[in-house]
Amino acid sequence: MSGIVVTGISPGMGRRLGQQAREWLPALVVFALAIAAWEGAIAAFHIQQFLLPKPSDIVKSCWEQRHTLWPAGWYTFKEALGGFVIGSLAGMAAATLIGRFKTLGAALMPIAIAANAIPIIAFAPIFNQWFDPLSPNSKMAIAAVLCFLPVMVNTLRGLQSASPRQVELMRSYAASSFTIWRRVRVPTALPYVFTALKVASVLAMIGAVVGEYFGGSYDALGVLIRSKAQILDFTTAWAGILVASLLGIALYAAVVACERLVVRWAPEARDS
Amino acid sequence: MSESGNVVEIAGVTKTFPQGNVTALENIDLTLRPGEFVSLIGPSGCGKSTLLRVIGDLIEPTRGTVTINGKTARQARADRDYGIVFQDAVLFEWRNVAKNIAVPLELLGWDRAKRKERVRQMLELVELSGFADHHPWQLSGGMQQRVAIARALAFEPALLLMDEPFGALDEMTRERLNLELLSIWAKLGSTVVFVTHSISEAVFLSTRVVVMSPRPGRIAGIVDVDLPAQRSVETREDPRYFELVTEVRELLRSRGEHLLPEEEAALRSSHE
Repeated sequence: MSGIVVTGISPGMGRRLGQQAREWLPALVVFALAIAAWEGAIAAFHIQQFLLPKPSDIVKSCWEQRHTLWPAGWYTFKEALGGFVIGSLAGMAAATLIGRFKTLGAALMPIAIAANAIPIIAFAPIFNQWFDPLSPNSKMAIAAVLCFLPVMVNTLRGLQSASPRQVELMRSYAASSFTIWRRVRVPTALPYVFTALKVASVLAMIGAVVGEYFGGSYDALGVLIRSKAQILDFTTAWAGILVASLLGIALYAAVVACERLVVRWAPEARDS
Repeated sequence: MSESGNVVEIAGVTKTFPQGNVTALENIDLTLRPGEFVSLIGPSGCGKSTLLRVIGDLIEPTRGTVTINGKTARQARADRDYGIVFQDAVLFEWRNVAKNIAVPLELLGWDRAKRKERVRQMLELVELSGFADHHPWQLSGGMQQRVAIARALAFEPALLLMDEPFGALDEMTRERLNLELLSIWAKLGSTVVFVTHSISEAVFLSTRVVVMSPRPGRIAGIVDVDLPAQRSVETREDPRYFELVTEVRELLRSRGEHLLPEEEAALRSSHE
């Protein structure tokens, strides 16, 4: 086994890209077929526009109304991003404290696990009142609370998953508990943290959009979707949903990209 | 080094575990002189791994004292007087081979250039030059264990503690690593405590074999290995080698009334 140095685009890299394309092909085919079936069914069964618009109309509307839809999407995306960052950081900080002080953990963990079962989105109207319904802060708060628990629970599990042997080895070097935390517990926890961040990125977008359904600025995507649906302009409402989906996917993809960069040793990264 | 010149002095060490009221070690006395290679052998439950951890101050004895280089075991650990190797390599999967070997050097505060030079030397010593940039999962079990040995020796501790380091490897790899370990030991002249349950391995490697018996863990007898200091493949065919293997086996068997049937079977199979 010798070190393999890849410089520029090698035949191996081309092969790997080809292989990836083949892996994605079935999903792409199914997706294309589903869209085609949707489009065809509307024509074949004369489905009314307000019940289900054609995918081509949705995409067209997404383009024609780009000057209202995308700024609205960006407005909502910033709320989601803010909530994601605040909630995730708070979750990691809480997990660090709970991991450090065992009694705190014993007191808080049962409550946290119970709180995890609460449909937090139900609080959206209340949060709107607490943090001014027209300001982005109320949506950020909902998104942050949604992100907090999964990140906290998973980070804590990660911090507690350090191999006892690795800890014993560090103790044999007379390492302090802070050194053990930094050099063993944190690296062990990182794959767990990223799993939670991926979940949280999706929740953040849900929290922001649903929060806006209960009232918000006219610049916001959730408000736009709701008002278009009320005046039976379903094509635009669907176009808004498409924008929300694309932005949600973008946030998720950004987290995945960070994970690839940071967690290079994890099993998923070993495939190549 | 202490006034007596001994590297390790174990006096009246007893260890009871409160859970299940198990006496893992009872009244152990043992002294190691500089440059000795001492194996601890016995069936499972004889406390050989516990004794190793008591020497390394990873487990505190209930009674008795351990003195290393004239210091308490605690002080010796704080001074990084020993390196340790476990049955699994216990490598950090997020660090490559070079950075794994550098862990104790980082904790000792060595600068980058000094670390790099020492890691290069250690890789040469364990014949892994060219694998510096590999990650642990890219290496075979035997290679991983060599990395662990390089890491344990990187800061030139006077004492090397090894807890069944080759127990998880196949017979051929094990015999090769036995020879490699002896050549490293000859070069560095450190004192070695080697836990094993292979009689042949213990006799082949050691200057003394300490035979332990279980429940409670005691020293059943000590066999001085008077084979030529320079061991080689031929040593395993030396008539004296067979006599010593038999002597160790007899000592283990004389305590056979303490063994559970499955331990008896395990012991018999390990004789082959």
